[in-house]
Amino acid sequence: MTTAAAPAGVRGSPWPAFAARRLARFAVSVWAVLTAAFLMIHLVPGDPVRAALGMTAPAELVAAKRAELGLDDPLWVQYGHYVRNLLSGDFGTSMASGQPVAQVIGDRLPSTLQLAVLAFAVVVVVAVPVGVGFAVLTRGGRRRGAELGFTSVSVFLAAVPEFLIAVGLVALLAVGLGWFPVAGSDDPSAYVLPVAALAIGPAAVLSRMIRVELLSVLGADFVRTARAKRLPARLVYVRHALPNALTATLTLGGLMLTGMVAGTVLVENVFAWPGLGSTIVQSILQKDYPLVQGIVLVYGVGVLLVNLLVDVVLGLLDPRSAIREA
Amino acid sequence: MSALEFAGVSVRYGRLTAVDGVSLTVPSGQVVGLVGESGSGKSTLAKAAVGLAPVSAGRVLLDGTDVRRLPRRRPLQMVFQDPYSSLDPRMAIGESITEAMPRGTARGARRAEVARLLELVHLDPERAGMLPGQLSGGQRQRVALARALAGQPKVLIADEITSALDVSVQGAVLNLVRDVQRRLALSMLFISHNLAVVRYVSDIVAVMYLGRIVEAGPAEQVLTDPQHPYTRDLLASAPSTHRDLLADTDDPLADTEPADPHHPPAGCRYHPRCPIGPLVHTDRTLCTHADPAADAAHRPHRAACHFAA
Amino acid sequence: MARRGSAWAAAVRTPVGACSAVLLAGVVVLAVLAPLLWSDAAAAIDTDAIGQSPSGAHWFGTDALGRDLFFRTLVATRLSVGLAVLATAIGVGIGVVLGTLPSVLPRWAGRLLTAVVDIAVAFPGLLLALFFAVIFGVGTQGAVLAIAFAVAPAFARLVQTLSASVSGRDFVAAARISGVGRVRLLARHVLPNIGEPLVVNATIGAGSALLAFAGLSFLGIGVQAPDFDWGRLLREGLDGIYVNPVAALAPCCAVVLAGLAFNLVGETVAGVVGVRTRTSRRGAGPLPSVPPAVAAAPAGDAVLVVENLRVAFPGPGGWTVPVRGVSFSVRPGEAIGVVGESGSGKSLTALAVSRLIEAPGVVTADRLEFDGKPVDKAPDRELGTALAMVFQDPMTSFNPARRVGRQLAEVSEQHHGLSRRAAFARAVDRLAAVRVPAAARRARQYPHEFSGGMRQRAMIGMGLMGQPKLVIADEPTTALDVTVQRQVLRLLARTREAEGAAILLISHDIAVVSQTCERMLVMYAGRVVEDLPTGSPAQHPYTRALLATTVDLDTDRDEPLAVIPGRPPEPDQVPEGCAFAARCPLASDRCRTEDPVLEPAAEGHRVACWHPQVSVLSGQSHEEGAA
Repeated sequence: MTTAAAPAGVRGSPWPAFAARRLARFAVSVWAVLTAAFLMIHLVPGDPVRAALGMTAPAELVAAKRAELGLDDPLWVQYGHYVRNLLSGDFGTSMASGQPVAQVIGDRLPSTLQLAVLAFAVVVVVAVPVGVGFAVLTRGGRRRGAELGFTSVSVFLAAVPEFLIAVGLVALLAVGLGWFPVAGSDDPSAYVLPVAALAIGPAAVLSRMIRVELLSVLGADFVRTARAKRLPARLVYVRHALPNALTATLTLGGLMLTGMVAGTVLVENVFAWPGLGSTIVQSILQKDYPLVQGIVLVYGVGVLLVNLLVDVVLGLLDPRSAIREA
Repeated sequence: MSALEFAGVSVRYGRLTAVDGVSLTVPSGQVVGLVGESGSGKSTLAKAAVGLAPVSAGRVLLDGTDVRRLPRRRPLQMVFQDPYSSLDPRMAIGESITEAMPRGTARGARRAEVARLLELVHLDPERAGMLPGQLSGGQRQRVALARALAGQPKVLIADEITSALDVSVQGAVLNLVRDVQRRLALSMLFISHNLAVVRYVSDIVAVMYLGRIVEAGPAEQVLTDPQHPYTRDLLASAPSTHRDLLADTDDPLADTEPADPHHPPAGCRYHPRCPIGPLVHTDRTLCTHADPAADAAHRPHRAACHFAA
Repeated sequence: MARRGSAWAAAVRTPVGACSAVLLAGVVVLAVLAPLLWSDAAAAIDTDAIGQSPSGAHWFGTDALGRDLFFRTLVATRLSVGLAVLATAIGVGIGVVLGTLPSVLPRWAGRLLTAVVDIAVAFPGLLLALFFAVIFGVGTQGAVLAIAFAVAPAFARLVQTLSASVSGRDFVAAARISGVGRVRLLARHVLPNIGEPLVVNATIGAGSALLAFAGLSFLGIGVQAPDFDWGRLLREGLDGIYVNPVAALAPCCAVVLAGLAFNLVGETVAGVVGVRTRTSRRGAGPLPSVPPAVAAAPAGDAVLVVENLRVAFPGPGGWTVPVRGVSFSVRPGEAIGVVGESGSGKSLTALAVSRLIEAPGVVTADRLEFDGKPVDKAPDRELGTALAMVFQDPMTSFNPARRVGRQLAEVSEQHHGLSRRAAFARAVDRLAAVRVPAAARRARQYPHEFSGGMRQRAMIGMGLMGQPKLVIADEPTTALDVTVQRQVLRLLARTREAEGAAILLISHDIAVVSQTCERMLVMYAGRVVEDLPTGSPAQHPYTRALLATTVDLDTDRDEPLAVIPGRPPEPDQVPEGCAFAARCPLASDRCRTEDPVLEPAAEGHRVACWHPQVSVLSGQSHEEGAA
């Protein structure tokens, strides 16, 4: 029997079990990311040092660099070193610039975070009212024209990747009209285009999702119950429909946020934004593996943190989710 | 002509014990009806017999042989509750029936066999090429029965086969199942939450509560002279056009919570709801700690109750 | 296979589907032909025309080597689309293998694989692509593999979820019982049933891969010179954006158009394949009016008066009318049952009288009065306190995210003007009144912490927050076990006694109704066919048949069960004349042409039948005929 009755008696809070499970999963995932970043370098065909220093580099230099990086040790010894160094905050040294990787990341990470957080805020501020508004306007098959317009625009915007939106914005607003600078991050107006480029697509996705979720919640039995209580429409929406629609949307919101982390890579490259994204691309092209490894780790753990955060918030908002997990 | 025997069968899913030491025999050519509420483990017991649920203790025997030692195509077949889920939507019904036939059925013989089976369940053999989507719920349930019969089973298990159907269709399916069972002298385990339906079909009735059989015996006897208080509760609750449900006096235990299968009570599992148990007769503390299953075999209908009537 | 073909065809028939299909076809044709026709034009270096703006000679201008950008954009179609499709194909292949392996591998290996996929799937595709690009190296081949590996986890997950849902269905269990082996199970039952969503998702995936590939090439990680795809052209065009914005915008548009083509074709097919029950007003026209199906009966002091009630929904082929002229009245304190099979319109009748049918549904009635006032004009406060509703599924009928007590308290906060605290205290009191044990504690719990029976009690308690004159219970016990059903029905009866409320009980189970109510209305195909006191013998052949088919503890075990041949008509295909005529053993020609009106047959008894049966049962059939 799969449909066991809900627990009837008293039972302890499911939170400790939920938290323990979730944290364990986080730890395992972080370990997996660490290991993947480590293996990445060893999976590169040929000699990464030779590849990084170029074909013309003298053999002694290559050998010395290999020894310095510990690449001649057995794999598991290297792995041990790697993990120990990471724990002590040592991410290695950039092969191109000679700077410590941790320092490069420390310099570049704030710009990227600024961009991502601003864009996420814009997405939420725009998408929630728009999605809710169109859901209410078009419920029960009302206003087919508005629905068609909203759907086509949001589908289109959602399908265009952020770097193409970025190029379009640059061509139109920076080159064409000269309202904003083309590149750089020097003054506040320089933030407008990159943030817009990052936010437009996710905002379209999220508002569409909110509309769909809200419409489906409006058809749910418990909304009918709320209407049977003859609550005013405002309360039916605010108290009963919206919270349930938003919890359903939150999972997607998390995915979107991680997607925006990835989106910064491309957008930074369009706007020559001095963040992690432009750095990782340069270092991939320069085959600066220690730096690539460090940045991959930062992105990876960042994504895992976002997922953890989403699950915790979901657990707080939806009393069932903690139990479902356990 | 075969007997199916459950000998101390338990099924556990993690910490949940869905079926707990059930012993039950389906004698050759007879129909055993199994009733119980949702969560009582009756469907899990059926799944254990056909190998869809893990048997964690005890054995399921077919004519004395452990079913796990039988070949993959066991002579045990099952008809499921939901006719909309039990037929592959992309497979013609004839093909579904053919698939269940024993290996080695000659290619030429298969078509004739499909036609014979469809006729047996009162469907036009011309329909063999149809997809399930083109049939009504009642018709699908007939196809499901035909498919089960194609496996030439010695024992047939019917799991809530009419609960997804409207009343007007239910009768036709029940008539058919009963007719086929008698004609082929099949042994059958008939599972339902509806006591009236079980009574109509079965020779023997077994009542299940929280993973255990609490009473079992010949149908007429169990229904006219129930031994276990839970059986009496089920009988009193069954809707009937001839009795006034509200005429009975208010009983004080009517508002108790149903039991949680994840946390079965100690002693007799029914004691927190029992109208003749410790909640009513304060001296009957025996029920709260002693398991009445231990010497159920000596009581009439193997009733698992210390104070069986 | 027939269904799949028709789904794709149906998708193409929608306006969006047609546009995107044409677009996709155009992209494919261009990918095949452009390099054959214009390779030379695209590669021709013209040192006299370096970095030019668009002109008549060069529509999109020229690049840093004077090559024509219009032709370069066209020729790049093949590489851009081809590589994206190739990467998707490899990715889907890996995904299908990763997704199906766990069902074949030993358990520990399967779990490990699933865990790896679970972690990988949490990462955005582009990050995965960058990661794999490091491993496979910069260049076309590396980028194809990088994107393939980046999309693979998502497809592995999709295959896992889809096959898990198919494997959970009974037909797979049935095949296993028949001894069908794992491989054949996968090949014959699982894969065919997940093929369609997989192909749809792969189509959408190809669109995303196209965009991702453009991204990699744009970053300089993908296609390398002298080869060129749209991403590469964009990278080159962006450098000269002040001189010639078209150089950057043209590949942009190309990428977007091609990506959209894949996306939209996939989405439209997904929309057609998935169940979409959109109702459309188009073509429905005005709702036809009909003469009253019954002579109006004096209602007296009735708490509910319903005359010629009709509920209609617009459909693509016109109006569907599942409730076609229902008339009855409920006196104070009376318990009335409404019985009928699924699709008879009984639940819609309940929703319509309580003003809960929403657009696009339309409710019309000659008279629809609750407590002496028209329902459509009754103030919310009155309906909210005097009319209680109990719905079928107690699990879904409570808001899962609010505490039960608060959901009850809302009624008094809204309609009695009580404070939060006072309203909650009343909620606890009402929960105790419906015998929810430990009401004060349970009021603070969420609905999922209640059992089904307790939830249904709480639902009745919600109705008791006011002083109900009428309780409408729509299949209140269908989802419950029999012993709990009895408790809930008794609770309803006690409520009726204590509050003097009338009860309208909707049920498919004629035994439940006849045990609980004094009077029952039998509905068939959207009409009341008989209205009779529960004790008295039925006269309508349908009621008699329904009573005969009901199995109860007194059914004769030696006789076959009575059956009603055929099926009820679909709401949009109700025949002329009596709707039951096709299944009725007594039907005459008149029944097939003239619809009988619900007319008084005896004191408190109305029948809509040309041949009401006053004698003993007759004419039952034991066979369900071919429908």
